[in-house]
Amino acid sequence: MDALSEPAVRADRLTKVYKTSTAVTGISFALARGSITGLLGGNGAGKTTTIAMLMGLVTPTSGSMRVLGCEMPRERYKVLHRMNFESPYVEMPMRLTIRQNLKVFGMLYGVANLSERIAEIAAQLDLADLLDRPTGKLSAGQKTRVSLAKALINSPELLLLDEPTASLDPDTADWIRSHLERYRDQHGATMLIASHNMAEVERLCDRVIFMKQGRIEDDDTPARLLARYGRDTLEEVFLDVARGREHREAAQ
Amino acid sequence: MNADAITFSPRRIAAMVLRYWYLLRSSWARLSELIYWPAVQMLMWGFLQTYLSQQTSTFAQAGGVLVGAVLLWDILFRGQLGFSVSFLEEMYARNLGNLMISPLRASEFIVALMIMSIIRLAIGMVPVTLLAIAFFGFNLWALGLALAAFFLNLMLTAWAVGILVSGLVLRNGLGAETFAWSIMFLFLPLTCVYYPVAVLPPWLQVFAWALPPTYVFEGMRALLMGHTFRADLMIQALALNAVWFAAALVAYLALLASARRNGSLMQTGE
Repeated sequence: MDALSEPAVRADRLTKVYKTSTAVTGISFALARGSITGLLGGNGAGKTTTIAMLMGLVTPTSGSMRVLGCEMPRERYKVLHRMNFESPYVEMPMRLTIRQNLKVFGMLYGVANLSERIAEIAAQLDLADLLDRPTGKLSAGQKTRVSLAKALINSPELLLLDEPTASLDPDTADWIRSHLERYRDQHGATMLIASHNMAEVERLCDRVIFMKQGRIEDDDTPARLLARYGRDTLEEVFLDVARGREHREAAQ
Repeated sequence: MNADAITFSPRRIAAMVLRYWYLLRSSWARLSELIYWPAVQMLMWGFLQTYLSQQTSTFAQAGGVLVGAVLLWDILFRGQLGFSVSFLEEMYARNLGNLMISPLRASEFIVALMIMSIIRLAIGMVPVTLLAIAFFGFNLWALGLALAAFFLNLMLTAWAVGILVSGLVLRNGLGAETFAWSIMFLFLPLTCVYYPVAVLPPWLQVFAWALPPTYVFEGMRALLMGHTFRADLMIQALALNAVWFAAALVAYLALLASARRNGSLMQTGE
């Protein structure tokens, strides 16, 4: 299989066991290039560990992963500059201005014509007037846009997002989602989004992977999931998956 | 593919140095702290030496040995702190996750921290060495080539300790931060900063001679009191430093791998 026809991500029987608990148990999935996939599940379902393994932040106990045609984590330095990550829970240095932060991360990711790229992304994310303000002095919505600017600075082919719109007001959250949609359409990027916001997932994702207690409980398009569970919203499907079949049958 | 991405990259090292430089210049408190403690320490030991030299002929003949010792000790101590504090800034800023998923390699990160330790040391120590000339007539720079040998050996030890401490913090979180501030004080009595190795009991001398800075401080006393540059001591220190530095690198990589297995990089708090 040549590198371009290969899925952007392929995880095969991925397992992560910590000292006293198993976070992920033998999950397998593939993400088609250019797709947006939602990774859903309750707290402790294994979503963050799965994303962390894909980024090389956590070493799997067993199983294998290929990311953008490279074996992870063995070939991480061949691929890390082609992917990126955004989460409101991972902060940027607060004393540095937005411009300084973007310059540092742009250099780390080997971005060419960095000054132009910073100006371009600042314009796209409505940060141009804030570029010389310290990151710590921004509102939550502005900080999220800065984190997104950092995540997009290298025009990644694979973007991993952990609750990208958590704690944002509806207007800002909608703005971020629109930007992510545009980015995918313009760059053909692949995205994996861990989220608890079902409206966000319904809007953005071509496909949804439900995790529960470290396993993949279900995996399909939003439309087929709704049909299969006989529900009107993904939130109801989420509750069915999280609480088990008995809850679903009782509800019916 | 961007060739820069898969090889050792000076640009990524420059990015990290720039990141710490931006931080340093944005904070007058951080800048002044670099000078404050070395200046206080040097003045205190300098006045003590002035007093002692008025009381005993030994100290009168040992021109500047205490001031020289405190300045060299500060190179060792501040060199390690300069390395470790830059690393800790990533923990405080909760930025380590961003770095660990970037193409930044462990080797590039370490080289950037080494460069920052020299920059921080220069900001702190250059004014203090000038103060030593002004107050006590002790010119560290007059040691010339010997100073270069002392500096190289002390910095290699400082970096080795800094690398080891960073690995411990990476693996164990900020709970291990205390090592960054305290571990070097174990070197203070053992490396015989202010007295000859012969003062130690014989069994402790074995440990003292296993530490490269011991050779530097003995070398400094030989130079200031006996007016002899002991190249043999510097070569032995360099050989020991090679072993210590390599061991620290191996330990750091092992601790990083352990942190990845253990999931510590996802939780960089306490």
